[in-house]
Amino acid sequence: MGLLSDPSRRKVLTGLLTRLNTPICIVCYLAGIVWFMGLAFEPFTLRTYMSENAMGSTMVEERFSSGERALSLAKEFDAHKRKAGGMPVEWLVKAMQSRGLEVFTQSFSRKLPFPDENKERYMVRGTNVYGILRAPRAPRTEALVITAPCSPGNTNNQAVALLLALAQYFRNQIYWAKDIIFLVNEHDLIGTQAWLEGYHHTNITGMEYSPLQGRAGSIQAALSLELSSDVITSLDLVLEGLNGQLPNLDLANLFYAFCQKLGVLCTIQGKLQRNDWDTAEGYTHAAQTMMLMVLKQACGRSWGDHGLFLRYHIEAASVRGINSFRHYKTDATTIGRLLEGMVRKLNNLLERLHQSYFFYLLPSLSRFVSIGYYMPAFGLLAVILLLRVSFPGLCHCFSVSLQPSSPGVLTVLTPVVISHLTGVALYLLPVHLQEMAVEHFPVSETEAVVLTAIAIYTAGLALPHNTQRLLSGEGTEQGWKVLKLTALLYLAVLLGCTALINFSLGFILAVTLVPITASITPHMPKALYALVMVLLSPAFTILYCVFIYQELIEAPVSVSEGWMLFLSVISQGILDHALYGSLVYPLLALFIYPCWLMFWNILFWN
Amino acid sequence: MLILSSLLLFILLAAARDEFQEELVIRPLHSGDIYASFQFRTLWDTDFLQEGQKVSHYRLFPKSLGQVLSKFSVRELHISFTQGFWRTMQWGQPFIPSPPGAELWVWFHDTVSDVDGNWKELTNVLSGIFCASLNFIDLTNTVQPSASFKPLGLGNATDHRFLRYATLPREIVCTENLTPWKKLLPCGSKAGLAVLMKSEKLFHSSFHSQAVHIRPICQDEQCSSKAWELRQTLNVVFDLHTSGQGKKEWSLFKMFSRTLTEACPLASSSKVYVDITDNPELFELSPATPLLGQAVVLGDRRTYSVYDLIMPTSSMVLSPCALGDMLRPLLHAERYVAGFGLQTGEIHTVIYNNHPYRAFPVLLMDSVPWYLQLYIHTLTVTSKSRDNKPSYIHYQPAKDRHRPHLLEMLIQLPPHSMTEVTVQFERALLKWTEYTPDPNHGFYVGSSVVSALVPSMVAMRTNFTQDQPLFSSFVPVKEESSYFVRVYTEPLLVNLPTPDFSMPYNVICLTCTVVAVGYGSFYNLLTRTFQVDEPSPPLSKRLANLIRRMRGVPLLT
Repeated sequence: MGLLSDPSRRKVLTGLLTRLNTPICIVCYLAGIVWFMGLAFEPFTLRTYMSENAMGSTMVEERFSSGERALSLAKEFDAHKRKAGGMPVEWLVKAMQSRGLEVFTQSFSRKLPFPDENKERYMVRGTNVYGILRAPRAPRTEALVITAPCSPGNTNNQAVALLLALAQYFRNQIYWAKDIIFLVNEHDLIGTQAWLEGYHHTNITGMEYSPLQGRAGSIQAALSLELSSDVITSLDLVLEGLNGQLPNLDLANLFYAFCQKLGVLCTIQGKLQRNDWDTAEGYTHAAQTMMLMVLKQACGRSWGDHGLFLRYHIEAASVRGINSFRHYKTDATTIGRLLEGMVRKLNNLLERLHQSYFFYLLPSLSRFVSIGYYMPAFGLLAVILLLRVSFPGLCHCFSVSLQPSSPGVLTVLTPVVISHLTGVALYLLPVHLQEMAVEHFPVSETEAVVLTAIAIYTAGLALPHNTQRLLSGEGTEQGWKVLKLTALLYLAVLLGCTALINFSLGFILAVTLVPITASITPHMPKALYALVMVLLSPAFTILYCVFIYQELIEAPVSVSEGWMLFLSVISQGILDHALYGSLVYPLLALFIYPCWLMFWNILFWN
Repeated sequence: MLILSSLLLFILLAAARDEFQEELVIRPLHSGDIYASFQFRTLWDTDFLQEGQKVSHYRLFPKSLGQVLSKFSVRELHISFTQGFWRTMQWGQPFIPSPPGAELWVWFHDTVSDVDGNWKELTNVLSGIFCASLNFIDLTNTVQPSASFKPLGLGNATDHRFLRYATLPREIVCTENLTPWKKLLPCGSKAGLAVLMKSEKLFHSSFHSQAVHIRPICQDEQCSSKAWELRQTLNVVFDLHTSGQGKKEWSLFKMFSRTLTEACPLASSSKVYVDITDNPELFELSPATPLLGQAVVLGDRRTYSVYDLIMPTSSMVLSPCALGDMLRPLLHAERYVAGFGLQTGEIHTVIYNNHPYRAFPVLLMDSVPWYLQLYIHTLTVTSKSRDNKPSYIHYQPAKDRHRPHLLEMLIQLPPHSMTEVTVQFERALLKWTEYTPDPNHGFYVGSSVVSALVPSMVAMRTNFTQDQPLFSSFVPVKEESSYFVRVYTEPLLVNLPTPDFSMPYNVICLTCTVVAVGYGSFYNLLTRTFQVDEPSPPLSKRLANLIRRMRGVPLLT
C-alpha cells in the first residue's frame, strides 16, 4: 500500500485505471465467467472427505433385514390411505404404538394467500403423526429425525412403510444415544413447517397448529425419505434448502460413503457421476450438474422436506429413490440398511455437524468446490462495479454533490424513492389486489396475482419519463452521474450481501446486471439500449433460468410452455415467501428491481 | 481387666441398636417395562449433633461417610447419580425421584461459619468417594433454594443460608460410580440383595439411578433418642421389549443374571416385594407366596406379594402387558427451548395438573447458568390461557461467571389444567477459553424442580411405624389427604454462539492482514495530507543560515 501513499505513483495508478477502465472491466467480466465455468473442471476441484471424526473411522455393521415386510406394509398403508381418503392417522398411530414408540399427533391448518394451482390446494388442513423412540439411559436432550411425507395418490407409500420397518428394527437395538423421531407429515412442506414451528414453538408464517405434546430435546440432524417404488435404480441426494441454505457437507459425504459401501447407485441433481473428466463430455456433464445446483440454490425454495429444517440449525438432506427402469436394481432392504448406517453414524455424533463446509457447490458427489474457490468468480464481477465507481467523472461529481447548496442530492433522491415505492407496490399489491382483479377480469386468483405482478413490473418502466421532469425540471449532467454513482454502490452492496448468503443467486444476478449497469449513460442510442436493458432485467433473468433449467434436466420446453412455467415460477416464489418465509421474492421486488429501475432512469435522463 | 470388659460391654450395648435393612421392590410398569427399586437402610445410633462428641467407632455405617459428616458438620446429605430420564407419562411416579446427571444437596449445621468453604471441600471429598466429577460443582452452579428443598430429617431448619444445591446434568454414570456405592453396604455385594447388582445388567436398562441419602431421624415414636439414617437406593427400569424378544415374562435371573440365595447376615430384615396391584389374577408368581402386603405409596394403595429372604427363593413372574396409552399422572412437567437462531430463545416449562377437580399449589425451582441471560421481565405464567399470578417469587439474578440465576415460584395449578411458564433469554458470547472442549455439542441447563403436595386418592398414613416397607416411608407424611411429590423436568441442551475453533490460523491471518494492510493504509490515506517535500538544503547552507540567524542577517534561501 506504499503505492497509494506515494502521491506521484498514485497518480500513475489512477491514471492507468482511468485510461484502461473499460478494458479492465471487460477482462474482469470474462475472467469471472471463465473462473466460474472452470469450477466444474475436475482437476480444479477437491475430492470430498469426511471431516467429522465421530463419523469417519467408526465401522457400522448394517443388519436391517425386513425390507420385504416393509413392502407388504406399504400395500397395507396404501389400502388404509385410500380408505381414509388422505392420511390414515389412526392406523399410523396404532402402527407406531405397536412398534413401541411414544406416539403423538399434531393437527394444523393453513389458508394460502391464493390458490396453489400446481398442487391444487387453497385451504390446507392436515395432521402430522410422529413417534419418538426413546433412547435408553438418555436424558432427552438430543434427537434425530427421520421423516417421510404422506403424499396423495400412490407416491411415497414405500417411504412411510420403510420408516415403520426401520422404527421396528431400531426399537430393538440398544445402542441409541439420541432419541429418534419418526415423522410422517401430511401436505409435504406445509406439514413439515407446521411440525417444526410446533416443535420450536415459533410462529413465523401465520400457520395454525395444535401444540406438540412430546419432544426430545434439540434436534441434531434430519433425513427425509422419498420412495415411490418397490425397487429403485438409484438414490438421489437433495441438499438445496430454503433460501439456498445447504446442510453441512459431511452429510453428503456420509450418504456417498454408504452408497459406495453398499453398492447403491447414487446421483446428485439426478445425474450419475462420470469418470472421464478429461473429455469434453465429461466436463460438460460436471458443468451441467453444477449449473443445476446453482439454479436450484438460486431460486431459494426448499427442494424437499429437509429444506425447512436448515433454518433451525438442523443439518438435513432428502434421499429420493429414483426408478428409471434400467437394469440395475436396489431393493428395499438395501435402502433400509443404507438409512440404518447413516442414522447410526449420526447417532455416534458427539457434537453437531460442524467440521465440514456449509458453503459449497457440487459438480459431482465425490467432488466439491468450497467457498474459497467460487467466491473469486463473483469477486471478479463485483469489482467491475467498484471500478466504475472510481471512474473519474463520477468520483469528482460526488464530492461536489455532497455540498449542501448543490441540488444534486435532491435530484438523486427523487428517482431513488420512486423506484423503491414501485418495488413496494410490486411486493404488496399482487396478493392484496387479487380480489379486485378477479372481479374485473376473467382470470383465476393465481393468474390475477401473477399478472398483477407482471403489470406492475412493466408499469415501472414508464416511470422515468414522468418523474424527474415533474419534480425537478431538467436533469443535469451532474445529476445522472450522482445517480449512477449511488446506484452502482447500492448494487455492489446488494449483490455482495446476497452472494454471501446465497452465492448462486448473487452470481446469476451479477452476470446479468453487471454489464449493462456498468456501461449505462444517457448518451446512448436509447431504443437499442432500452431493449438490451429490458432483456437483461431481473424478470427476464428468471425466464432464462427457467429455459436453462428445463434444458439441463433434459426436458426442453417450447416458448409457450416456457412462458407458462415462468408464470408458475412467479406464483411459486410468492407462495414460498408467504408459506415458508423464502426471501427471494422480497429481495427481488424490494431491492433488486428498484435498483435496476435506477439504472433505467439514467438511460432516460433528460 | 474390669475396665476393659465394661468398655466392651458398653460398646456392644451401644452398637446393638445399629440396624441394617434391605429391600427390593419389583413393579411391572404400565408400559410393559419392569421397575426394580433397591433400598438399603443403615441406622447408626449415635448423636454427634451435640458439641464435642467425637465418634470413632463404626459398625455398620460406612466410616468414609461418617467422617465426612462429622468433619464438615453436615446435617443432611442427598446425592444421586442418574443415567436416563424418568418417563413419568409411561412409568408413573418413581419412589424417589432424581434428575438426569448428578444432584447434590446438603444442609449444614447452623454452627458452620464458612458454608461455602465447607461446601467446596465437601464436594471434592465426595467426588473422591463416589469416583464422580462432583468437583465441577462450584459457585457458578450452586444455588440456595429458599423453599424447594426442606430438610427431610429431624429438626426444622429453615434458614436456607445453610443449604447448598447443585446439579451436574452432564455427569455420566457408569460402573465406576456403582462400585464405590456398593462398598458402602455392610455386606458389600457379597450377600443379600446386593448380589443382584451386576453392572453389565444394571447398565443394560432404560433407566438407572443410584442415590445416597443421609439424615438424622428419631429412633422411636417419642423421639427420645436420635440416630443417623443412611439410605442407599438404586432404581433400574428394564426394557422388556429389547431384551425379551416380545415375551412378557421375566425372572430375577433374566434381569440381573443372578438369583437370590440368602439375606445379608447383618440385616435385620431382607424382603422382596412384587407389586401385583394391577390385575392380580393375571399374574402368575413362582414360587407363590402366601404373604400379601399392602402399602400406601404416592397416594395410591398397592398390594404386594412379599418374599422374606429367610427362605431362599427365586421368583419368576409372568405378566401380560397392556401396551400403548400414556399414563396421566396427577402432576407432570416438561421443559423445552423455543425459538431459533443463536441470539435469543425462550425457556418453556409446562406443568400439568391432571386432577379432575382439585387445584393445588406447586413450587417451581429453576436454576439457569449465567451464560443464558434471562430477561426476567418477560416471565409469564399462564394457565388455561389466563394469566396466573404466582403467590411467591424468589428471584436471584445471575452474576456473570460467579453465580447462576435462581427462580423459585409458588404457582397455584387449577384443576385439570396445563400451566405454562415462559421466560426469554439471550445467549452470552463466552470468552474463548471458557468454551468446553466440545463447544458445538451445546451447553446444559439443569432440570427444573417441581415440588408439590398432591391431593391423595387414599388416606396417607401419618404415624411412623417401623414395620412399614422402606419405599413408602422415605418422605415424612404430615397430613392424611396429600402426599409429597417432586418432579424433575428434562435438562436442556442449548447451543451458544460458537467461534470456529478449527481454523484459528486462518482467522488470525485474515484479521491481521485486514487490520495491518487494509485498515492501516486506508487510515493513513484518509488522515494524512500529502505534499511535495522540498529537498533539504546541504549542510554548508544550513550552517551558514545558523550563523546568519545569530547575526540577525536575512537567511539564505
